[in-house]
Amino acid sequence: MGAIITLSLLGILLLYLGLYKAKNALLPVTLLGLLVALGFEVSEWGKEAAPVYHGMVLFDHFALSFSMLCILLTALTLFLSKAYFSAISNNVAEYYCLIVFSLTGALLVSSYHNFAMLFIGIEIMSVALYILAGIRKKDLYSNEASLKYFIMGAFSTGFLLFGITLLYGATGTFDLAGVRQYVIDTQQISPLFYGGILLLLIGLCFKVGAAPFHFWTADVYDGSPILVTIFMSTVVKVASFAGFLRLFDYVFGALNEFWTPVLLVVIVITLFVGNISAMMQTSFKRMLAYSSIAHAGYMLFAILSLGPNAASSVFVYALAYSLSSIVGFGALILVKKSQGSDQFLAFNGLGKSNPLLAAIVALAMFSLAGIPLTAGFIGKFMMFTGVMGDYHVVLLALAAINAIIGVFYYLRVIVHMYFKTAEEGAETVVMPLNFKAVFIIAAILTLAVGIYPDCLIGLF
Amino acid sequence: MDHIIQHIQGIPLNHYLIFCSIIFAIGVVGVLIRRNVIIIMMSIELMLNSVNLLLAAFSAYRGDASGQVFVFFVMALAAAEVAVGLAIVIMVYRNTKSVDLESLSKLRW
Repeated sequence: MGAIITLSLLGILLLYLGLYKAKNALLPVTLLGLLVALGFEVSEWGKEAAPVYHGMVLFDHFALSFSMLCILLTALTLFLSKAYFSAISNNVAEYYCLIVFSLTGALLVSSYHNFAMLFIGIEIMSVALYILAGIRKKDLYSNEASLKYFIMGAFSTGFLLFGITLLYGATGTFDLAGVRQYVIDTQQISPLFYGGILLLLIGLCFKVGAAPFHFWTADVYDGSPILVTIFMSTVVKVASFAGFLRLFDYVFGALNEFWTPVLLVVIVITLFVGNISAMMQTSFKRMLAYSSIAHAGYMLFAILSLGPNAASSVFVYALAYSLSSIVGFGALILVKKSQGSDQFLAFNGLGKSNPLLAAIVALAMFSLAGIPLTAGFIGKFMMFTGVMGDYHVVLLALAAINAIIGVFYYLRVIVHMYFKTAEEGAETVVMPLNFKAVFIIAAILTLAVGIYPDCLIGLF
Repeated sequence: MDHIIQHIQGIPLNHYLIFCSIIFAIGVVGVLIRRNVIIIMMSIELMLNSVNLLLAAFSAYRGDASGQVFVFFVMALAAAEVAVGLAIVIMVYRNTKSVDLESLSKLRW
């Protein structure tokens, strides 16, 4: 709980710093606040977990580890933000404040124990993001991203709420433990309850960007400023998956015969739509956006197979995917700044002009594609093993085909970096110190998890 | 309060359920087929308010106050959401002089 309170206060503090024109203090104060929040999370680790505040939130290892991951990813994102926001607008404090508020929502979503907290968490997380997506007020792309994200977000919230209401109608409680008890005790489960599960599934699929509810994802990721896209595709996605998994694992686990077929269809469509659309792109940013849809499909495997390993496999997968996304989008910021384009062509000759950057981007692409010795491979491996244990052989075969499609378009980036030459007179890409630090941290973590995954698997 | 609850219970629960589902469906269809952003926002409000009504009905039938408390959460957050949404619409309007979704199609859907 300490972390959530710290972050809420930090957001208000940042607004005041903005008011008193203390621009240089913003980034250090934010990072310090995140560090304090992380400290609170660590201090709660290993204690007896029981729902607190009248059963509203539960800080078990699941919630704590996902919260820590969210805080870490936000910190890495913010490291990249130095001089990024101030180039866009004069009111820098608001952006830090909104990101911190959004993070608070993400923490609530990963530690809720009552449907009210799930709803509030998702809203806090998304409302801040609607504004962040539209940071560039004069830019039509940014406007469009913001508007689409808002409409789709509010629309999906409607489904989520109707689902929660139907569950309440069937069970008479919003408490997860109460609803779980209902599922276990009742012989004849009310049809309202089944309707509620389906609507919640739709609402959550919207939030994680799974097909056929994915159509907003690519446009929003593409139109938003890159730094906001990083935040959206990492922190928000991780938190949404944590909430998704907690709900289906803890509450609906006993009814999996009912929702497994629906989820199977969603996963297969997501994988194919994500991968095939990503393959067709010429823009690096849109390719990453579509590939994030495909990765959502892989992460849904864990919800399909549930069981004791589901949490750790989602955690490892989300960590691997997020680190690589940060590197990918971060590199795009630098490339776009010097070449003025976010197409694949802008990466031509990067292997010669900036070997370190090219090597780290290559590592990130290998990790996203799931090549061994990277974190992405371990994530995919855990997901596939989980599904194999349940004998979803057809799904496994389809997933393997998709993994191969994935390798194809990730390698295209590497081909552009190493085997094509840059145009004459193109500016070389420079890598500022803060980018270098973030990239190296991400690369080291990717390799460490890839070579020695046991350190994470034992967390839960 | 008892008086109101008796009134609410005077109508069978199924009627509330059907009524709210219809309003919700109208909202969903409105979001999907209309292109004017303001009307889309009104449709979203319709969806949220059908949820509120249904929550109040369930709450009255079960004699459990938590459903009505949830309605307050929904109202508060819907207000926050609409405030941000309208701000976004104004921002879009300043740039395009239109509140039509079609006016913004730089990015392919």
